Amino acid sequence: MATALVTKQKRIKKSSLAKRNLQKLLNNKLAVLGLFIVVTMILLCIAAPLLTPYDPGKISLFERDSAPGGEHIFGTDKLGRDVFARILYGGRISILIGLSGALGGMILGVVIGSLCGFFGGILDAIFVKVAELVSIVPQLLLVLILSTIIGPGVPNLIYVFIFTGWVATFRLVRGRFFSLREESFVEACRAFGIGSLSIAFKHILPNCLGPVAVQLTLNTAGFILQEAALSFLGLGVPTGVPTWGNIMNAAKEIITITESPWLWIPTGVAIALFVLGVNFFGDGLRDVLDPSQL
Amino acid sequence: MNKQDYILSIKDLKTQFKVGKRIVKAVDGVTLDVRRGKTLGLVGESGCGKSVTAHSIMQLLPKAATIVDGEIQFRPKDKPEFNILKYKRTDKKLRSMRGKQISMIFQDPMSSLNPVYRVGDQIVENIRQHENISKKQAIKKTVDMLKMLSIPMAEERIKDYPHQFSGGMKQRVMIAMGLISDPELLIADEPTTALDVTIQAQILDLMRHMQDQLGFTIIIITHNMGIVADMADDIAVMYMGKIMEYGTKEDIFLRPSHPYTKALLKSVPVLGNGGNERLEPIRGNTPDPSEMPEGCSFMPRCDMATEACNKAAPNVDIGGGHMVRCWHSKGGAPHE
Amino acid sequence: MNNQNEARDVLLDLKNIKKYYPIQAGIFRKTVGHVKAVDDVSLYVKKGETLGLVGESGCGKTTLGKCIVRLHRPTSGELRYKFGNKYRNLLSLNKKESLDARKKIQMVFQDPYSSLNPVKNIFTAFDEPLKIHGWSNADERKDRIAELLESVNLRADYMYRYPNEFSGGQRQRICIARAMCVNPELIVCDEPVSALDVSIQAQVLNLMKDLQKELGLTYVFIAHDLSVVEYMSDRIAVMYLGKVVELASAKRLYYHFEHPYTEALLSAIPIPKIGGEKRQRIVLEGDVPSPANPPAGCRFHTRCHKSMDICKTQAPTFRPLKNDPDHMVACHLADTADA
Repeated sequence: MATALVTKQKRIKKSSLAKRNLQKLLNNKLAVLGLFIVVTMILLCIAAPLLTPYDPGKISLFERDSAPGGEHIFGTDKLGRDVFARILYGGRISILIGLSGALGGMILGVVIGSLCGFFGGILDAIFVKVAELVSIVPQLLLVLILSTIIGPGVPNLIYVFIFTGWVATFRLVRGRFFSLREESFVEACRAFGIGSLSIAFKHILPNCLGPVAVQLTLNTAGFILQEAALSFLGLGVPTGVPTWGNIMNAAKEIITITESPWLWIPTGVAIALFVLGVNFFGDGLRDVLDPSQL
Repeated sequence: MNKQDYILSIKDLKTQFKVGKRIVKAVDGVTLDVRRGKTLGLVGESGCGKSVTAHSIMQLLPKAATIVDGEIQFRPKDKPEFNILKYKRTDKKLRSMRGKQISMIFQDPMSSLNPVYRVGDQIVENIRQHENISKKQAIKKTVDMLKMLSIPMAEERIKDYPHQFSGGMKQRVMIAMGLISDPELLIADEPTTALDVTIQAQILDLMRHMQDQLGFTIIIITHNMGIVADMADDIAVMYMGKIMEYGTKEDIFLRPSHPYTKALLKSVPVLGNGGNERLEPIRGNTPDPSEMPEGCSFMPRCDMATEACNKAAPNVDIGGGHMVRCWHSKGGAPHE
Repeated sequence: MNNQNEARDVLLDLKNIKKYYPIQAGIFRKTVGHVKAVDDVSLYVKKGETLGLVGESGCGKTTLGKCIVRLHRPTSGELRYKFGNKYRNLLSLNKKESLDARKKIQMVFQDPYSSLNPVKNIFTAFDEPLKIHGWSNADERKDRIAELLESVNLRADYMYRYPNEFSGGQRQRICIARAMCVNPELIVCDEPVSALDVSIQAQVLNLMKDLQKELGLTYVFIAHDLSVVEYMSDRIAVMYLGKVVELASAKRLYYHFEHPYTEALLSAIPIPKIGGEKRQRIVLEGDVPSPANPPAGCRFHTRCHKSMDICKTQAPTFRPLKNDPDHMVACHLADTADA
């Protein structure tokens, strides 16, 4: 009889949590706008070779400092490089740095936070102190120190961001674990003899992923800004590689700012737009994933 | 009975909550008289609107709630009666009424006291808000009250902070705070739900004892049929925002007439029966208050439901003020 | 001892169970004392019966329940459980035996809202325990889950729903079904109805009674409400400050209580009935003392209305009554058989 019931109900549509959350997200106009901006900009950057015939690194001394319009949509820089191409190709690197820094930090924070939050004890005490150490130094200063020590370069910058970025996620996950591990459903799992690691990662962790995802968006936006700031200071990515920060760096003289605004306005707008989009999306995500709001 | 025999008369009270785009009729036409000097028990399950009714009397409602209709006549002794709902919640008249003429104690004594102030100071401040007396006098009054509520070493304990009191002691402090300005009406919202049974017995005993001494009226709100049997003179049984049955304690326990009251009494185990009698559960679940059924709200779970129940049930007096909201009570719709 | 257990058809025998929690203070986390949550409890549970554990908050009833399910490891004592026809101490099993024993003893928790993982649907909540305990065929697991949901009067297709789509009463029925999915023999029920509305409580209580009859389950039923415990139990153990003070059959306890605490507890329960014989009400004074620093002698003497001098110094032993060896009391006043 039970079998008959099951076969009958296979046709019944499964009500999925993900589906409902997606619906909720789609109802949030700001979040959809944010997602649209972010996805569009990423797609534009990926499709750079199709959108512009120019090589971002190609120096063309005959076309130095030409204003927007004509062949170059956003004009050229002091070395005659096409600004539009540089923004697109630079976006690839900047977004890559921001995203992979945030993702790496998230993974590190989630793993350490879960283990510390679930098992507590000495492991927890050690990592709490480490996290405190990392966070008492102002983050920008820490990034400065680290990038001076291990030198500039795209991978190094990502490592630096991972190293400074895991703390927020760690705290978040650890805190959630502390309250969730007391819930009865965890005890029910233990009563069935389900292993500790399985309880931690399969049963408790999914309950923390909402805030973690929000933290991920915040970190992505933050790291893109930091990359721009560091590169602007000359401490980020070597100047040869186009990134949003490096483009800005090239336009830091007063005379450029006043005389050749096309060198920095489009890049600035690109950074602002992307960061804003990520933040809108993150805010929406927070509302969607908050279980108290149904 | 004379109008003055009722300290409080609620007429057709309607309080609604706005939850998102939906309207929840938490209290949907409650009419109720409270006899002076007696204890009224307001019983019902969670979400039936019993607490909202009490908070409507005090006009202490959350922002999402509005009183859309009704009248609450309050008749203090030796003072002219007035309709509480005529005044705004911040009106001076109501502010002086709250805590002075009508006091309220809450379910959770742990969160009703401010943890950063000394217990004595909180009570003293409460007195001085309503009475123009010196601090010294107020302190003396506080100590006297705490002694009356058998809090040992009251002089010392007023200097303690709330976390230094146990749950039962905190509830005593709350009662002290409620009674200190000699109110005429005490509204107790699930006063013992958070407490252990032996402590519950202490608190209930104390409330009865204080009522004997000071002569105030009590409205006790609870989900526990045993507590109303123990405490109340009159009982109102609420379900889904309406009073289903109202009468004296004897009416409700000896002659229960609404199917809901009857079912409720049959569904709780009674000590001393030794599990011999099988409980008769009420089937189904309490409906979502935003999707109330048309007609009698208990109909979907009622064993006696008939065609007639699709229309809102009349409130029938079946004798001596024993009111029943049911088509099947005497005087209601044709019934066998 | 085993012969006696055999004769009584004992399923689980608790022997001198103690659960102490260290109180730590200072920067070096030095242990300065112990909270004696459960202090030397010996009880047995017969096969197919319901043993009620009743007491106020902090009396150790939940801790004892969790010790039985081995969510807590007792500080000392033995949990002898009958596997087939052999009694084994649950606390000295190897890994494989231990997992096997988890199949035999399950638990239903107090709060139906936190007992189900909010991000997992019902199917997943049942599926993993089944997998661990040897249900390797996915179709069989699905059929089993459908059958279980039906046995607690829920529709089989509810298995793909998430916990927040259910009411408290439905959730508690799901939790009962989940506890039953591995065919346990003993279920520890920790206040299973105290979070539910009055009209829903009876549904859950009756369901538990029906399942017990149908499947021959054994229950340890923990609650603070004596009337609920009395309705469910065959025998009732009354606990106070980590100790069992009285143990008697449910039918007997109400009329023939011996311990003053039982008397006070019984008289404190408000009864939803009027008229009848007037009950003498005993209102206990004061609060329950802290289990970190229990009173010397009889732990109840500070609140007892019958306290004598001997109670302050000498703790009474838990002994059977002279005229009824199945009725045990820890009180100097009780007419017990000599130790």
